[in-house]
Parts: sequence; C-alpha cells; structure tokens
Amino acid sequence: MSPVTQVPAERPPVALAPTQPITLHINGQDHFLTIAPWTTLLDALREYLALTGTKQGCDHGQCGACTVLVDGKRINSCLSLAVMQEGADIQTIEGLGTEENLHPLQQAFIDHDAFQCGYCTPGQICSAQGLINEGKAKTEDEVRELMSGNICRCGAYSNILTAIMEVLGNKEDGAEVSNAPMPKQEWSAGAARAEMGPVEPAK
Amino acid sequence: MSQTIATPPSIHLDTDYIGKPTSRVDGPAKVAGTAKYAAEFNVPNLLYGYVVSSPIAKGKITRIDAAPVLALPGVRQVFSHENVPHLAFLDRSYKDDVAPGGSPFRPLHDAEIKFSQQPVALVVADTFELARYAASILHIEYEEAAHETELARHIDDAYEPGRGKTGYKPPKSRGNFGRGWEQGVAHMEARYSHHAQHHNPMENFATTVEWLGDKKLKIYDKTQGAFNSQQYLTKIFGLSKDQARVISKYTGGGFGSGLRPQYQLFLAVMAALELERSVRVSLTRQQMFSFGHRPETLQHVAMATNPDGSLAGINHFAVAETSQFEDFTENVVGWSGMLYDCKNVKLGYRLAKLDVFTPLDMRAPGAASGSIALEIAMDEMAYAAGLDPLEFRLRNYSDFDQAEKLPYSSKNLRACYHEGAAKFGWERRSPEPGSMRDDNLLVGWGMGGGIWDASKQPAQVLASLDADGHLTVSSGTNEIGTGTYTIMTQIAAESMGLPLEAVTFILGDTTLPESPLQGGSWTAASVGTAVQEACTALGEELLKQAKKMDHPAFKDAKIDDVQFANGQLRLRSDATQAVVLRDLVQASGEPKIEAKNSKLPGLIGMVKPPKYSMHAHNAVFVEVKVDPDLMTVHVTRVVNAVAAGRIINPKTARSQVLGSVVWGISSALMEESVMDHRFGRFMNHSLAEYHVPVNADIHDIDVIFVHEEDAAVNPLGIKGLGEVGLLGVAAAVANAIYHATGKRVRDLPITIDKLL
Repeated sequence: MSPVTQVPAERPPVALAPTQPITLHINGQDHFLTIAPWTTLLDALREYLALTGTKQGCDHGQCGACTVLVDGKRINSCLSLAVMQEGADIQTIEGLGTEENLHPLQQAFIDHDAFQCGYCTPGQICSAQGLINEGKAKTEDEVRELMSGNICRCGAYSNILTAIMEVLGNKEDGAEVSNAPMPKQEWSAGAARAEMGPVEPAK
Repeated sequence: MSQTIATPPSIHLDTDYIGKPTSRVDGPAKVAGTAKYAAEFNVPNLLYGYVVSSPIAKGKITRIDAAPVLALPGVRQVFSHENVPHLAFLDRSYKDDVAPGGSPFRPLHDAEIKFSQQPVALVVADTFELARYAASILHIEYEEAAHETELARHIDDAYEPGRGKTGYKPPKSRGNFGRGWEQGVAHMEARYSHHAQHHNPMENFATTVEWLGDKKLKIYDKTQGAFNSQQYLTKIFGLSKDQARVISKYTGGGFGSGLRPQYQLFLAVMAALELERSVRVSLTRQQMFSFGHRPETLQHVAMATNPDGSLAGINHFAVAETSQFEDFTENVVGWSGMLYDCKNVKLGYRLAKLDVFTPLDMRAPGAASGSIALEIAMDEMAYAAGLDPLEFRLRNYSDFDQAEKLPYSSKNLRACYHEGAAKFGWERRSPEPGSMRDDNLLVGWGMGGGIWDASKQPAQVLASLDADGHLTVSSGTNEIGTGTYTIMTQIAAESMGLPLEAVTFILGDTTLPESPLQGGSWTAASVGTAVQEACTALGEELLKQAKKMDHPAFKDAKIDDVQFANGQLRLRSDATQAVVLRDLVQASGEPKIEAKNSKLPGLIGMVKPPKYSMHAHNAVFVEVKVDPDLMTVHVTRVVNAVAAGRIINPKTARSQVLGSVVWGISSALMEESVMDHRFGRFMNHSLAEYHVPVNADIHDIDVIFVHEEDAAVNPLGIKGLGEVGLLGVAAAVANAIYHATGKRVRDLPITIDKLL
C-alpha cells in the first residue's frame, strides 16, 4: 500500500474574485447579469440566461456542441469567458430561427434528417451558418472539412452535408461546383446582423 | 341524439403513414434548440453538485479534509462516505432492470476504491462555478493497492459466468468440431482483439432534481428508461413512486449508456433529500469514461471447409473483461452458431475480473464484438478455400436456426447479399490483394454481415381522443434519437385514420403508462405494437359510442366491419356510411374518450414455447482507399443492405443505419479507450483523444432495406433497427484493408502504425 494525495493539503484556497456586472448583446437583445469572471460564455448562456439551445458536450473545445456566432464568426462558447464578449453581437440557435419561423438551415436539417438525438444539432447549425458567412467552402469536400469541428455521435454526417449543400445552393456535379455563383440567401449576409457581409474565420 | 354525417367520398385525406418517409415530429424543437435535455431545466433556487473522482484504481480513502472547502461562502455541503445518509442495506435494492449478477456499485458507500475515477465526493454549492472550484481543492488522501487492469494477463484464470443470472445463457455447441476440423481440406485459425470503447453520447450524463417539499421530487434524468431510474430510487431512498417522478423527454444520445442508472442520479437525489433543495449534478466529459463501457474482448476463431466450400467446423472462443463486483455478460460467440450453416460448432465464452467499472451494453452488445472476429475469419477462410467472400457466404447460407433448432419467422439475408452486391458492383472485384488501384491509391473491397434479435417487451399505452378530434397517445418510453416520437405518431395516426397533425405522442415520464427500457432494438416493435393495440381498443370505444347514436349503419357493426380513415369511422362495405371521430367525442358528453391496451401484453406469448427464431440480418460492402506510402485509410464507399422486417419510416430508419455505418468505421479505424496499466486508468478520456469520425471521415453510404414480410414477429412486422446495421461493418473495413494492402490486421482499431 502506498499513499496518494489528491490535492495538497497545504494549498490554501485562492481568494475568489468578486462577481461583476456585465452586459451581453445576444440575439439582438441586451442581457444584464452579475457573474464570476471565470464563467464561460457557454455556462452564462445555459445557467444564467436560460438559453439552453446552446449545448455542452466537452467544455474543452473538442466537440463543437457549444458553437455560437460572435460578430458572425463561429466560436466554441466553452472556450470563451462571458466577460470577454461584452460589446459583441452574440447569436445563438434561439436567434437564428424559431419553431414557427425556421431558418433555412433549420428547415434543411429537418428535411434531410440531419440529426437523430438532436444534441449536437444547434452547434452544427450555428457552425454551418458560420461556414456560410466565411464564404470559403463551396464543394462537398470543403464543407466536410470545414464542418469537422462538430462531432455528431449519432453519425448523421452525410445528411448534415446534404442539408448544408442544399442551403449553399451548390451541387457537386462537374463544372457547376467551382463556377456556380452563391445564390443570394437571405441569411448568408450574416448571422448576427442582416447587413453583415461574409467574413473570414476567426484567427 | 343523432349527429351522424355521411361525408361525401370526394373529401379525401391520406392517413396512411406506415412505411412512408416522414420528417421527425420532434424536428422543429431539436433544430430550434427548444428540446430540453436533463441539465436544461432551470428550476428556481437550484444548487449545483460537482463530482470528485478518484485518481487511483484500487485502495481506500484514508482522509478527507472538507473543512477548507466548507469554509468557502456559498458551499453548502461536501458529501462523501463519511457523511452519506443511511440507505437501503441489501444489494437487491441497488439492482436496476438490467443489473448483471453480483453486487451493484454504491456511490459514496465506503472508503474502498474499486476503479479509477470512482466518485468519492460530491461538492454542492450555490453556483456551478463555485462547486467546480471547491471540488478542485478538496484534499483527499488514499492508500493505493495493487490493481489489475490487463485482460491479456488473465486469460488463464477467466471463468464461465454463472447461469441463471439476469438471463445469461451459455452458448450452445453442437456436433464435433474436432472431427470437422480433421475432415476439412482448408483451414484458418487466428486471434482477434479490440479494446474497450466508451459510448460517449454527445450529452453528458446529468440529473436535475426539483425539490417540491416533503420528499416529493421531480427528477429530470438522462436515461434510456425513466421507469428504471424510478424503481432504483424508490428502493434505495425509500421513496414512493409519487415522490420520485422521473422525466426524460429528450436524451442526447444513449447507445446503451443510459440503460443503467448512472451515479449522478443517485448523487443528485441524495443531495436534494439531504439539503431539501433542488440540485443539479452534471458529469464532465472526463467522467463519461468512469462508468460502463464495451468490454475489451479477446477472441479465437478456427474454421475448416469441405472440398465443396461448405463449412466443416467453426470454433469461436471469447474472453471479456468484467469488474470485480459484477459479472457483465453479453452474447459474443452465439451468433457464430447461427449465421452460417455448419454441423460442427464449438463455442466458448469466459470472463476475467479486473479493477474496472462493470462493462455495459453498447450498441449491438456482444454481436458487434463477435462479428468482428467471425466476419474477418470468414474472409480469411474464403481466401484459404480459394473462394470469393460473397460466394463463400452464399454456399453456407442457413435457412434454419441450428442453434435453437427453429425455423426463421423470416430471413431475407439472401436479398441483402444480392441487392447489396449489385449496388456496390461487387462482381468487378479482382480477388488478389493489392490488385486494384485508383491512381496511386490502393483500393480494397471487403464485406461482412450479421444477425440480431428481433425482440419485443411488454409495454402499456394510453390512447385518448378529445372533443377537438385530437388524439394523444402516451407511454413512458424514451426518445434517444431513434425516431420514437415520429414512428409512434405515424402508427397511431394510421391506426385511427387521423392526419399526423392531429396526433401527439407523449413519452418520457413515469406518470405515463409503463414502458420498457429503450434498448435492444425492441422499442419500435414493443411500443409500436402497444400503440396499435391501444388504438384498436379506442376504436372499439368509439364504435360503442356510434352505436349509442342510433346510426343504422353501425347498429350491428362489429369492429372488423368498420375502419378508421380520413378522420372518420366508417363501414368497410360502404365508405359513405361514416361519422367524424370528433363528433363521436362531442356526442358522448365527455371531454375525451380513451382506452389502454391490455394490462399484461405479451405475457401470454412469453410462456408459450417459441415457434420461430426471430432475427434481423444485414450484409455490408465497403471500399477503402489506402495511401501506399503513408498507409492512411479512407472509407470511400459503403453499401449496407438490411433485412429488418417492415420499415415504419424509411427516413429515420435510413438515418439509424447511416449512424451504424459511422460506428462501424469508427470501431474499425479509430475508437479505443486506452488503458494505462500503470495507473489502471483510461488515459484518453476526452473527445480530442478518444477518436470518433468527424464529417471529413464519412463519404458515400448507401442504405438498402430489402423486402421482408413477417407476420410472426408482431402484427406490424417490425424487427427493429438500432443495432443490426452496425454488424459486420468493422470487419468489412478490415477485410477491405486486407484486400487493398495484403495486411491482415486482427487487432482493432486498425491505426496507421499497424499497417506500416
């Protein structure tokens, strides 16, 4: 038998930083909350603002379930602190469309059965909107590659691809692929604001 | 009172939905983010519990110093074995519906550590951030003892599991394998292995307990069986069913992980009862590797063939891991005595006890593991006998279940072979390994297949038609992504002749009629049949009401003389003699007319000896392309042909099989929980290091449902789809890699290092 210590006994608890008031601009609305500064954007959305459409799958930026759009760019909200996003335009799945008024991506996901359990779905859809905003992916292979930050354990990948390709308005047959112009989608102008143009992915 | 209307036949509503592709009725909620999972019920005054996990695999806790943690403002309690309340004493109180033989693990029961990442404490605080921080500074001392986690070192002391424990049946051997082996003209013999796998549904396990006062709890649990969670809680905590209401409307992936109550359920309920507060406990992704998993399994297969290519003998032996405290068993080798025609079959299955948590059913438990060995072995045997792998399987086609000595209720595997091969273009395959190329890339074509039980469990359903003509059908089953909401709505709508929009199916609540666990591919058959029965019972009530209304057409009508279609009850012989269902309810003077299916469905059928062997089958064809320099493998094409009886919804059914193929590719190339035996700990416990396919890994997948009618399995002819599509996929990938490279890898996953 050998002894093992889980946390050194002598290590005193750090002084906890006080909570602080912040304002988050989410889905076109200002939200005021007072939270610990180490609260992630993900936890702020889910635990303090009841915006539970954004999902928690790993807390390490490994699965993509928590993808939201910040100023039109897709990010893993578990890797961002809420206090870092003051002044930014945050868009979650709740701001993309509603059950009664579905966003084209949401409709395409239903039409092509691009999910099963539904847990990764909001992240997939936000990520797809971010991909459209970036304006880089045109072909099936490009979409596959640039949607690979979002894990779907149910394995709906081929249907996710079909749904996104439909919204992109591209078909991967012959010359149409690279030359086909992006059809003007009402939503492709930008997720956070209607007037926002395509953006580069976050550096 | 006579409100009967003869509706003109020109008004036509198509209310036949069974067999038609239908979008998920829960789709809008899932894509809009309004579908709520267990950790998403933000009840007022919620406390947060954070689990502390053991860093050692075996030993005991010698000291816990909770004082500095309890001194933090906002920390409410630190629960450990030192202060856990006195609970049920007997093992049987901790046994859930699918507990294997042995002593179930009791969280925080005593100082003993039985596996790495065992929960040792629960820190409860006012906020999640504080609970997490407080848990990170909890000082715990352990005495570590020597652990054993290496299966390969325990083959010799592996033992046969005891009979009669939770239905374990030892595999049946037959004939004389030794004689078959000696008489055979071609032979193969090899060992196969795969490592532990963890389910890793996207949603981490979580329970939100709402304290309603006086020990009355509303429990939102991540589970594949709300009733299983409830009976577990009532036995351990002495709660009534009314006090322990379990709700599970959406489950973010199951794959078997939710078949047993997980420890966060126990911890959240314990904390809520002790603190008399609402409490949520969510596990981290790392902690998702702390409970049941697909067991590491070592297998040995030997086969011999006669001169005509028929199998002279099959010998399949498997050793799998289990925990020190429970005997987890699954049917790994039994399928090898069924899938092919063979007189001489020798089967064996043993367990070895290790210092790990008890393994747990994971998608196609047993069969997924067994089919890896059997279907690679079949490929090796085909090569040894000089036969095409498809031709070899056709020569050994079995029309009769030789293990159970019963005819199949239906078996259209032959169509799977033919239609799958045709779609894939199998006839263009050149047999020689390394003989096919696409530019620089090596091309390999491989195949496999499998067999899975078509089973059915008792289930209860209530069907209720209201005065607006809306039908509500309810049963406490679960939706884990399999399409339960949708197909039950389809079955109910067609049974009552109502449009889909006029039907709501409700599930996932222990206040609803009782349903079995969502698993075993039996939900569609079990609950679907019960939905149909409940609708038939409701139809009889509606006919009684029609008779009360003095409509001459229905006066002498029996239930078989009428039909429900286009929102009406009408005579089969004369569709113009009809009454609108809504009007029947309104005429009754009651707010609704309702009926349940019979109280004990299936029990009568269960005592009768079975007349048929009931199974689903599949055949899968895979193309891989391998870079000859880097040995990177891409699965470029898959055709999976499935014979699973009647398909209620081809759209959601196809998705189930697509997902199965992804799982098979994952199992073949990526998935592996890597145990570091020095620590007795799974080291890759994150989604960055536990590899599963992403979108870029998945290419063309074709799904074929071959025609199969089966009146014997259940009235709807459903066999179930959740698991069969996975079978043989991993083996087919391995076989394709052999065909591409000439390298036979028998240890899965087939990572690049094994090919270089």
